[in-house]
Amino acid sequence: MVEFWSAWLLPFLIILGKILLIAVPMLLAMAYLTLAERKVIGAMQMRRGPNVVGPFGLLQPLADGAKLLLKETVFPTGADKAVFVAAPMLTFILALIGWAVIPFDSGWVLADINVGVLYLFAISSLGVYGIVMAGWASNSRYAFLGAMRSAAQMVSYEVSIGFVIITVLLFAGTLNLSEIVEAQSSAGIASLLGLEQGGILGWYVWPLFPMFIIFFISALAETNRHPFDLPEAEAELVAGYQVEYSSMTFALFFLGEYMNMILMSGLTALLFLGGWHSPIPGETFVPGVIWFALKISFLLFVFIWVRATLPRYRYDQLMRLGWKVFLPVSLGAVVFYSGVLVYGGLLQG
Amino acid sequence: MILPALAFYLFATITVACGVMVIASRNPVHSVLFLILAFFNSAGLFVLLGAEFLAMILVIVYVGAVAVLFMFVVMMLDINFVELRQGFLQYLPIGLLVSFILLVEILMVVGAWVIAPETAAVAAAPTPDPALRSNVAALGDLVYTRYVYLFQAAGMILLVAMIGAIVLTLRSRPGVRRQRIADQISRTRDSSVEIKKVQPGQGV
Repeated sequence: MVEFWSAWLLPFLIILGKILLIAVPMLLAMAYLTLAERKVIGAMQMRRGPNVVGPFGLLQPLADGAKLLLKETVFPTGADKAVFVAAPMLTFILALIGWAVIPFDSGWVLADINVGVLYLFAISSLGVYGIVMAGWASNSRYAFLGAMRSAAQMVSYEVSIGFVIITVLLFAGTLNLSEIVEAQSSAGIASLLGLEQGGILGWYVWPLFPMFIIFFISALAETNRHPFDLPEAEAELVAGYQVEYSSMTFALFFLGEYMNMILMSGLTALLFLGGWHSPIPGETFVPGVIWFALKISFLLFVFIWVRATLPRYRYDQLMRLGWKVFLPVSLGAVVFYSGVLVYGGLLQG
Repeated sequence: MILPALAFYLFATITVACGVMVIASRNPVHSVLFLILAFFNSAGLFVLLGAEFLAMILVIVYVGAVAVLFMFVVMMLDINFVELRQGFLQYLPIGLLVSFILLVEILMVVGAWVIAPETAAVAAAPTPDPALRSNVAALGDLVYTRYVYLFQAAGMILLVAMIGAIVLTLRSRPGVRRQRIADQISRTRDSSVEIKKVQPGQGV
């Protein structure tokens, strides 16, 4: 019995506790991201945004959640019920399990696996299934068109994301996310200057700046956010793949989209912005997790900023950007950066 | 040690059950979904073997890209699969032949462990201890040194197949007006706007 406790139950409870420690703040962050988005867009359009429920509208996400929870779930006739219900669940689960490998601070990670980057890439490439299944199972033309667009779009932009990740891996020489972040304490410009503690100069965003831009734009496309939100383009497809969804099934799609935004921002912060490292060299006063949260918040602000600023892309322009611009540029960059690293004698590992 | 065994039986059972459902389910989209589940559980089996890199590549390539295109095609094609199944028995002999060859091949691979135990050492040689050398590095050691020509040849074959697919589907239709982004950007004010002084009562 004692052995059962120490060998099985205790580790299980510890892992369960860690999962809750990650998942609950994530859900809260996601709920308040919806509020932040409405507030920021409101400010950019010289409106106030939600300000009625609670002080400064702070209880608005809770009210929205309660409303969605209490509404009726409608199943269209002719829908494939099993797939119809599974699709939003899949989207939401995939958005959550990506966080298993994200290091929040030095050693603060649920699963420190050696192929963390590939794991995240695999999870984000699975995201397309939730949307395609939803579009097909709804048995509706609008939803189906949205799903088809989404499938093509997400597959296209994954290619350039993959090449951008390869350039980062060339610099870091590892697939482990914690090690990639550790490498950024004194990489890039900092290593050229011979600094031990590089701070902001050590981040990969400087040597890989074009890749950072491509990665961020591809992340917008991968999460189906503006200006690439063609799968749900409300002007022509009503709401695309989610047109037949109501109540909690809709809410799960909605939550999944925002969770994916946070996840992609987190990945960008880890790969390019030094993860939990402070931008000031040698500063240890502020905990790393705060810096990580600040970097994610900044990237999320840019997500919202882009939404408030840019008009939606036309579909053929979206495909052109993915295949004819990003793919050659990122492929060329892989060749260029590997050449520089090999002949400059800078290759790791 | 009971946990990995339980996980293995879970993944293996689901993989086999999904394989059966792929050919048994009436709806082709359900077939593809079961195929995806089978891929995913095979990735789980790879993880149990300690081949985490292969597991992730399996999910990224097969589930994330190949199966998406499968699904794309199956959803777009409106095939009556019940009608397709009419001539099922007609293909039974060739199906049996293919499955017999597969069975013999599997028996030969598995049988090698029993008949010639020394081959197990050959197979295990390129597999270093996971604690000492990570998966990715161990794979790179082999693929880019000993098997580099075969690896490059495989890449060339895929490239040729890709170019072939593009050549087969590319057709240039006459009379299609395409958007030329470079032309649009290189337009200047002088080349596109002309200011005219319009006299009253005369028009342009």
